[in-house]
Amino acid sequence: MGENMTTLETQTSAAGNTLFVRNGQAAAMASVPVLSFGMFAHSLQTALRDGARLSALFALAGRPETKDEAPCRLVAVLALDAAGLVQILAADVENAYPSLTPRIPQAHLFEREIHERCGIVPEGHPWLKPVRFSRLAGPDVGHADFYRIDGDEVHEVAVGPIHAGIIECGHFRFQCLGELVMHLEISLGYHHRGLEAHLVGGPDKRSLPLLETLSGDAGIAHAWAWCSVIEALSGREASPRGQLLRSLALELERLANHTGDMGALSGDIGFLPTHAYCGRLRGDWLNMTAMLCGNRFGRSFLRLGGVTFDPDRALSDQLKKRLHATARDVRGALRALWDSPSVMARFTGIGKISAEDAAALGLVGPAARACGLERDARSSHPLDGLPAPPELVSAPWGDVLARARVREREIQTSIAYCHRLLEDFIGTDREDGADDHPQALSAPGQMADPAPVLTPDSIAVSLVEAWRGEVCHVAVTGTNGRLRAVSLVDPSFHNWAGLAMALRNGQISDFPLCNKSFNLSYCGHDQ
Amino acid sequence: MTAPLAPLAPLVGCVLSLLFAPLLPGIINRVKAWVGGRQGRPLLQLYYDLFKLLKKSAVYSRHSGWMFRLAPVAGLAAALMALAVLPFGALGSLVSFPGDFIFLAGLFALARFTLILAALDTGSAFEGMGAAREAMFSALGEPIFLFCLMILGYRSGMYSLALMLGDIKPVVWTADWPFFLMLAFAFFLILLLENCRIPADDPNTHLELTMIHEVMILDHSGPDLALLEYASALKLWIFSLIIAGVLLPGPGESLPVAGHAALTLLIVFTVAALVGLVESVIARFRMERVPQILSLAGSFVCLAALSLWS
Repeated sequence: MGENMTTLETQTSAAGNTLFVRNGQAAAMASVPVLSFGMFAHSLQTALRDGARLSALFALAGRPETKDEAPCRLVAVLALDAAGLVQILAADVENAYPSLTPRIPQAHLFEREIHERCGIVPEGHPWLKPVRFSRLAGPDVGHADFYRIDGDEVHEVAVGPIHAGIIECGHFRFQCLGELVMHLEISLGYHHRGLEAHLVGGPDKRSLPLLETLSGDAGIAHAWAWCSVIEALSGREASPRGQLLRSLALELERLANHTGDMGALSGDIGFLPTHAYCGRLRGDWLNMTAMLCGNRFGRSFLRLGGVTFDPDRALSDQLKKRLHATARDVRGALRALWDSPSVMARFTGIGKISAEDAAALGLVGPAARACGLERDARSSHPLDGLPAPPELVSAPWGDVLARARVREREIQTSIAYCHRLLEDFIGTDREDGADDHPQALSAPGQMADPAPVLTPDSIAVSLVEAWRGEVCHVAVTGTNGRLRAVSLVDPSFHNWAGLAMALRNGQISDFPLCNKSFNLSYCGHDQ
Repeated sequence: MTAPLAPLAPLVGCVLSLLFAPLLPGIINRVKAWVGGRQGRPLLQLYYDLFKLLKKSAVYSRHSGWMFRLAPVAGLAAALMALAVLPFGALGSLVSFPGDFIFLAGLFALARFTLILAALDTGSAFEGMGAAREAMFSALGEPIFLFCLMILGYRSGMYSLALMLGDIKPVVWTADWPFFLMLAFAFFLILLLENCRIPADDPNTHLELTMIHEVMILDHSGPDLALLEYASALKLWIFSLIIAGVLLPGPGESLPVAGHAALTLLIVFTVAALVGLVESVIARFRMERVPQILSLAGSFVCLAALSLWS
């Protein structure tokens, strides 16, 4: 373990007051620079101005037994896309500190979360409301102090938390002037399960299955991010072929969800042909995941060190064939959408976000790429052992059309990437005809230890580009080699604010369409 | 038709209308399913739904009053009275008097008025929004609907629906066919708007914030909902019947009254199928563009009026 530590040290560069690590690598906690709060805020601001993103910001409760630590340590994880590095910095705070949000808008939810968890007050936070409804502290579920606009002609529309449809809970409060939305407030937190708290002291057998349900439609992405973090902390490398198969599963997840989204977008505007076909085609992608591992959502496919099932030659060929057929059908269904002027008229100009707003709010994934921001963790923070990532797709308009366009183009690039994975790598590697791959993908018989010993006092970060955007997992170990703190950031956590922004000065009747164009996760935000 | 049975003819028309009206939404849905490559719901689904709803009891909110309960009854009564003045093909109408087309428009207004009040009565933000939309779009649509009927009356020289729609002379129709076609198209557009079809509204959506008509009846249940559903099926039937009346010249020597009635029925079903086709191939307009459908209808009726200027 000690030897492992030294290799980690060499991979990280702790030049002066900065610590950079690569995606999926660990660093010693001691190497994380602890700055004065003023310096911390300044460094964050400078880095963000230079194009970095705030991927995670969390509080590390101090350990009373060590006298040198303050009650609370703020840890910020910045993704530097251009350099392909992750920067980690920290600052010690007492019970209150001057809020970062006025200077760094994308910190707003993180600060509220820290306030809710640890009771540290970000002084001057403009919007210090609960993020989630915790049973231990804070207001009762559903009680929120909503922003209100007064006036004789202003009316308030409350939607949810229970919706018409099989979706999760979330409350939307509109301040309207007739059909015009002046302000939309989104109040979530109904699905808070306390996942992060549950993982502390781990990892154990339950960790990975729990992580897979963080957001059920992005189970592969979260499982991968988690595996990557734990592999880094336990000094174990994922098998190369396992990485390829994970990547294939991640792309299939992306394809299923993007296809489903395109169908749902068509359904919302009453455009039936694409709606009907995409509903079925989403099932085809899910079935391909099931062919790979027996579960349509890829549950239990990922394991520490690799995956649980390795497709043989026959299965790879079958997958290739399915990929061809489904890709052809999806293209046909989407062409019908794209060739329809009434659809284009409906999509154009709805729910516009400027690139500046998107950058300030720290949007990720297709929502950010639809504002012209080139953010894709697959290209900027590639994990080890993967072929060149698919081409990054972006569109400059920032409206529903752009978000649909980005999805449609990503479906194409993702299909091409799957072809490449299957034809150049997965489908060719096993010509020896062996039933069981020697590289040990943690096959069921030889299940990897789900609770490995971790490097003590270390931190690891992993970024995985899920279909919705960047999934960021950060884990910190204590002196005993167990997890001391965990921060799990679903892309929805960044993007819900974007939806509220998109609706500003829009039409209230456009809300469902806008909402669908983001298609954010409630439970991913609430965890 | 033999003389002793003639007084019964309008009654036959009414019975046919009452029986077949719930078939139209079924036809629309079947066409949509067929185009979308789906199995679709049964053709007679609305009959089943009505039957099921009638067996249930209604749920009333403590906060709603008598207006809420009046709307379904008033809506159905208005639709039934509209059927009384509207001729089924050449079978004539039960009641007929000069200017009864204004009465017809008034009946629609009455049904809408009670429904809007009932929606406001619930105190729901959704229903209020739907009521506001309905009021706005119908305020724009009503003059065009009336103008369509007026210009039709002007062309035929008679101002009762039974004669305007049921008895257009074949000679007149062949002489002025562009007029009648343009008028039928204008009526078709009004039909789409008045009956909450795509592109104006989406009858299948579950998204309250985008609805117009559906959101106003969200709180109605049981027999009340059955009455409202039946009344809206009748409304769709009435509009299709008007289009059939405009498109089909009255019976002549080559076309007996019974054959004329059968053709009328066929056209009504075809209109429903067309609605289904329209819904299958175009997306719904954004709310602020819905009045454009009406301006198109208005343009067509103006063109039709101009075509008479010779």
